[in-house]
Amino acid sequence: MKRPLINASLLFTALALPGLASAATLNVGIIDDPASLSPPKITGGVWEEDVLRDIFAGLVDVSEDGKVIPGVATRWDISDDGKTYTFHLRDSKWSDGEPVTAHDFVFALRYMINPKNAATGVERLYPLENAENIAKGNAAPDTLGVTAPDDHTLVFKLNEPAAYFLKMLVLPPFYPLPEHAVKQYGDQWSKADNIVVNGAFKPVKWVQGTELDTRKNDNYYDAKDVSLDGVTYYPMPDREAGITRFRSGELDILRDFPAARYKFLQKSLGDSVKITPNLGTEYYVFNLREGHPTADPKVREALSIAINRTVIANQLLEGAVKPAYSLVPPGASDYSIQVQPGLKHDIDERQQRARELLKEAGYGPDKPLKLSIRYNSGDQQQRVAVAIAAMWKPLGVQVTMNNSDSNVHYSTLRRGDFEIGRAAWISSYDDPQNFLQLVYNVGNNYGDYQDSEFRKLFSASNTEMDKAKRRSLLQQAEARLSSQYIEAPIFHYTARNLVKTDISGWQNNALDIHPARWVDKKD
Amino acid sequence: MLSYIIKRIGQAIPTLLIVITVSFFLMRLAPGGPFDGERQLPPEIEANLMAAYHMDEPLWQQYVRYLDGIAHGDFGPSFKYKDFSVTDLIWQGFPVSLTLGAWAMLVALIIGLPLGIIAAIKRNSAVDYLVMGIALGGIAVPSFVIAPILALVFGVILAWLPAGGWHDGALPNLVMPVAALALAQIAAIARLMRASMIEVLGSQYIRTARAKGLTPTEVILRHALRPALLPVLSYLGPAIAAIVTGSVVIEQIFGLPGIGRYFVQGALNRDYTLVMGVVVFYAILIIVMNLIVDLLYSVLDPQIRYD
Repeated sequence: MKRPLINASLLFTALALPGLASAATLNVGIIDDPASLSPPKITGGVWEEDVLRDIFAGLVDVSEDGKVIPGVATRWDISDDGKTYTFHLRDSKWSDGEPVTAHDFVFALRYMINPKNAATGVERLYPLENAENIAKGNAAPDTLGVTAPDDHTLVFKLNEPAAYFLKMLVLPPFYPLPEHAVKQYGDQWSKADNIVVNGAFKPVKWVQGTELDTRKNDNYYDAKDVSLDGVTYYPMPDREAGITRFRSGELDILRDFPAARYKFLQKSLGDSVKITPNLGTEYYVFNLREGHPTADPKVREALSIAINRTVIANQLLEGAVKPAYSLVPPGASDYSIQVQPGLKHDIDERQQRARELLKEAGYGPDKPLKLSIRYNSGDQQQRVAVAIAAMWKPLGVQVTMNNSDSNVHYSTLRRGDFEIGRAAWISSYDDPQNFLQLVYNVGNNYGDYQDSEFRKLFSASNTEMDKAKRRSLLQQAEARLSSQYIEAPIFHYTARNLVKTDISGWQNNALDIHPARWVDKKD
Repeated sequence: MLSYIIKRIGQAIPTLLIVITVSFFLMRLAPGGPFDGERQLPPEIEANLMAAYHMDEPLWQQYVRYLDGIAHGDFGPSFKYKDFSVTDLIWQGFPVSLTLGAWAMLVALIIGLPLGIIAAIKRNSAVDYLVMGIALGGIAVPSFVIAPILALVFGVILAWLPAGGWHDGALPNLVMPVAALALAQIAAIARLMRASMIEVLGSQYIRTARAKGLTPTEVILRHALRPALLPVLSYLGPAIAAIVTGSVVIEQIFGLPGIGRYFVQGALNRDYTLVMGVVVFYAILIIVMNLIVDLLYSVLDPQIRYD
C-alpha cells in the first residue's frame, strides 16, 4: 500500500486552511455515513436517502416544498384499473456520458429483487407483479412486472392498484443503476473511484467517518439549474459535535439536531433553527399475546390515557416534538387522523378513568399491576420512559425499565419477549398507509395485532381505486386499531435542521426532504 | 537477539489464535444480529442477506472460513459499511489514528518526562504538588469532557482552530485532538516518571555518584535517568498500541476518520467482521509493541540480555 503511515506533508497541507475550498460547496452535517452509495445496499436510514437523492435521479423527484414532480420521467399514464403505470423518459445521460434508458431501470429493479444480490429495501418493490415470489426464490428475476418496450418507455405492472405507489418512487430502491458500470466493476462499482451516477452531484472522494465529497454532475439532465459546485457530507454521529461545527461555521446545514437542544439553539442561533412537524411517530407497543397483562384491553386503555403527552412534548422535550394521540401523524395529506377515543378528554378525567379501568381489570392495592418497559438506550428514550413510568405510578403501576442497544432492542421486540416496548416510525413518503402497514405486515408488528376487522379494512384500501373511498377505508382501519389501544402514541416527530441564513432554496416540508439541486449558497 | 525475536514471534501465534477464537465466539454470543434494526427486514430478505454473508452456515464452519480468510490476509467484508472491506477500513483509518497517536505520545513524552523529573527532584515542595495536582486532573478529567470544551473554546468562541474535520491531516485540524489525547498521557507519564525517579535517587549508586562530587544535573542525566525510564518504557508499549488504535470519543467529537470508533460502533452494529478485524489488529500491535519494549530494555539496562 502506497500510503505514508505518518503524514510527512503536514506542514505543507497546514497552509491550506479548511473551509476555503470553493465558496459554492455546500457543507452538510448528516447523521452517519451511508452504508453504501449503491441504492440496493443501503439500510434505509434518512441520512442515506439524503445522499443518494442528490447523486441519483429517479423517475420522479421532489420539489423544494416536498411535492412529487417529474424526474427522469417527464410524464406517466396510469391504466383505468390502476395496475399499469407507463412512464415516458426524457433524454438524459449518466455521469460518464452513456445514455440513461428505460433498460437501466429494468436492470436496477431486477438487480434489487434478485435474491443472490442480497439487496435491502427490497420489500418496497412488493407492489410490483411477482416481486415477492422472486425475492423468496420461487421465480426468476426477469419475471418481475417491469418492462422497457423501448429506450424511453418503462412499464410497471402492479399486483394491486396501490395508490401510494407513485410517492414511493422517490425512494432509492427505484433509482436506475448504470448497467455498464455494474457489469464492468461488479460489486466494486459503487466505490467513489468507480461510481457512475445520473443525479445532480457525483461523488469524488469518500473518507469514511469524515467526509464524502461530491462535485456537480454536468451530465445531469437539469444541470443548468443547479447552482452549487458541489456538496460535502459530514457524518456527525455525535450530535453535539455537529452543533459545535455548525456554530463554528464549518457546516452550512446540520440535519436533525437533538430535540432537547431546541430552546438553547433557538436562543443562540435564531433564524438558523428550522423546525416543522414531519411524518413520524414515537409510540409504545403493548404486547397483545396471551399471558401478558397488556393482553387485556382495559389495561392498555388505562395505560395509554394516563400518559400526559403535553408534559412530555412541551416540557420534557422543550416543544421540539408534538404530542401524539394517534399512530398516523396529523401531517399526512388527504387524511383525517383517528385519535384514540379515550384521549379526547382532559388529563384529569383521563387519570380518573384509568384508575377505574385498572380496578375493573382486577388490579388494586392488594394486586398491583407490574410491568416492564423496554427501550433502546439513549438519553431521550430514557427521559421519556422515566416520565411515563412516573405518570403511571399514581395508578399503582409498578414499572421496571430495561434498556439495550438498538439491535438487541428490536430483535427482542420482534421475538415478542416484552410487555411494553418503545418503537418509532418515520415515513419517507406521504401516505397514511405506511403507518398502518406497521401492524399489518409481519416485520414491525411487535405486539402481534391480528384483528380480522382491521386486516379486512386495510387490505381493501390497497385495492381501492377511488380516492375518497380509499381514504375512508384507511380511516376506518385506523379508528379500529385506535379503539383497541394496541399502542400508546407518545409524540410526533418534527424535522429539526440548522440552516445558515445565507442558504436559499431550502424550505421546511413535512417529508423533511431537501434535494441539494434546489439549494444555493451566497458567496 | 535474532533467535529471541523469532521465538517471541512464534509465541505470538498461539496468543493471536486464542484472541481470535475467544472474540469470534463472544461476538456471536451477544444477542441481536447485524441485520436487526428499527426497519425490520422481511424474513426472506434477511435470509438472502444471511446467505450472502455465509451466516446461514453452522458456526464452526464460519469460524473455519474466517480463520482461512485471515491466513490469507482477508478480514472479510464489513456488514455495515458495504462499500468497504474490513481491510480497506483499517488501512484507511489506521494512518490517521497513528498520526494522531504518535503526535500525542511525542507531546506527552516531551512534557511529561521533564515534569516527572522536576517533581521528583523537588519532592514534597510546592512545585511537586503543583505538577502532581495537574497530573491528577489530567487523569481524572475524561476526554469526552475536555474535547468538547476545547472545540467550544477554540473552535466556536475564539474561532482560532477548526472545530473538527481531518482535511488530510492539516496542522490546524490536528492541534485540538492531539492536545486532548496527550493530556491524559502527560499525566500518566509524569506520575510514573516521578515515582521511579524517586526510587532510583534513593539507591546506593546514586549516593556514590554524589559522593564522587558530580553535579546534580550530571547525577540525574548520566546515572539516574536510564534506570528510571524502565517503568515508563513498560507502560509505553501497551499505551502506544492503545493510543495509535484511536479513540472513539476524540474521533466522533472532532469528526476524524480513525479506527477507534470501529471498536465501539462495530460492536453496537454487530458488525462481526469489523470488530474481529480491529481486535486482531490491536492484538498484533500490542504484541509488536511489547516486543519492541523488551528489546529496548536491553539498551537501557545492560544487565538484561536476550541470548
